[in-house]
Amino acid sequence: MSANQNILVELKDAGFKINDKWLVQGVSLQVEKGKIVTLIGPNGSGKSTTAKIALGIYKKIEGAVEKFTNNVGYVPQKISIDWTLPLRVNDFMVLTENLKSETIDEALSLTGVIHLKDKNLGDLSGGEFQRVLLARAISKKPDLLVLDEPVQGVDFTGEIALYELIKKISDELNCGILLISHDLHTVMSATDHVVCLNGHVCCSGSPTDVAKNDEYKALFGEQASQILSRYEHKHDHIHTDEGKIKKN
Amino acid sequence: MFDDFFIRALVAGIGVALVTGPLGCFVVWRRLSYFGDTLAHSALLGVTLAFTMEFNIALSVFIISSLIALTLIQLQKRTNLPGDALLGLLAHSSLAVGLVVIGFLTFIRFDIMGLLFGDILAVTVDDLLIIWIGGAIILLILKLIWKPLFASTVNYELAEAEGLNPDRAKAIFTILMAAIIAISIKMVGLLLITGMLIIPAAMARNISTSPQKMVVYSIIGGLLSVILGLFSSLEFNTSSGPSIITAAFLLFIISLFKIKQTIKLKN
Repeated sequence: MSANQNILVELKDAGFKINDKWLVQGVSLQVEKGKIVTLIGPNGSGKSTTAKIALGIYKKIEGAVEKFTNNVGYVPQKISIDWTLPLRVNDFMVLTENLKSETIDEALSLTGVIHLKDKNLGDLSGGEFQRVLLARAISKKPDLLVLDEPVQGVDFTGEIALYELIKKISDELNCGILLISHDLHTVMSATDHVVCLNGHVCCSGSPTDVAKNDEYKALFGEQASQILSRYEHKHDHIHTDEGKIKKN
Repeated sequence: MFDDFFIRALVAGIGVALVTGPLGCFVVWRRLSYFGDTLAHSALLGVTLAFTMEFNIALSVFIISSLIALTLIQLQKRTNLPGDALLGLLAHSSLAVGLVVIGFLTFIRFDIMGLLFGDILAVTVDDLLIIWIGGAIILLILKLIWKPLFASTVNYELAEAEGLNPDRAKAIFTILMAAIIAISIKMVGLLLITGMLIIPAAMARNISTSPQKMVVYSIIGGLLSVILGLFSSLEFNTSSGPSIITAAFLLFIISLFKIKQTIKLKN
């Protein structure tokens, strides 16, 4: 089982520290073709750090990381772009790879921002920019997509549509996705494997396994556990706010 | 054709402007103007060494500037001083050491003004070859590293994550900076080289909507500055460097009016 050709990136007991302070430690995970792996955890639990270790942005790490592809699309959590650059959406789309005009149009249409193609990047709203970031990452048809809070600042209906799009892309391109998200509802309905971080891996497995885990419950509370377990059964009834079945 | 000193100066200046245009855009985008100054100041040391050892000036300047750049990188790693303090330290130390060495070289007659501000009378046919061949090599290398360099200028982590090796591009660009200073020192003079890099690019920024356009306008601005500057240098008997930079500054001021117009149009 170890020599799996489907593995795109593998972390073995990986960790990273700055000035003797560990940001994250002892993370082992694999992202395979066509699978979505989601990292969850509270603020400061090392989710973004883990993604950057997987991407090779952090070089002086503990443990090992092996990346089996160079065709990567990345949506960072924070991006600061210097506006001394005159940069249109179109220029940003071809930042790391030369793409055909049709390919660019297609990706921008998928995320619903084709009308912004010739706009200056600095003139976009937060949500619009987030859609452009996602379009850029998927336009190069990557083997591995790393999405760090990809729908932050996107309106509610857009959020659902984008998560559906992400799921569709993973099926169509058969690419592996490493996803970081706070939205447990959406995450759990589409994820194959969940890794719950809190400076280390506190638990991991399928969404339902993680939901039952005591450490997970301690970290996120009983309520969150119920969110996960809702995806185990078909909804033939309505829940009350307390999670009880509502009688009609 | 190259017998006339003015034709030589013009050909040299055009060669320099073709290279400083695109390179200058990166200097503006990456906020490297003070870094450029530091390399340029260290060039004086390079020139004096070339005179003492009867060595080619451009090559000597290139070597010294590259060494200064490497020293800077090492100092950044090993000390806790902020980057601008280190730049200032290296810029003024190397300028001072260069001037002290000149003081010792009483047996050579030095045209200090020519060194600091450029001298069109001093451009030889050999210099033309160095500028055009060196310039062509610089542009070729810049074209090769354009993608990773530009991507990492926009966002380092994106470039690194998507496998473009931005650190290598940055190191190569540093060498290119040392090279452009080495080939343009005679034309513009070492105190004003950074102006030749940033002023046309800054002018171009005011009137461009895309990175490609900014590069093209920056080259055009540099060419105009060189031509205007050299003719006025001939006419008014002024140093070539200050004349070229003044012309570039005038173009920059004109470009400000274009900004006002576009802002008005937007509202």
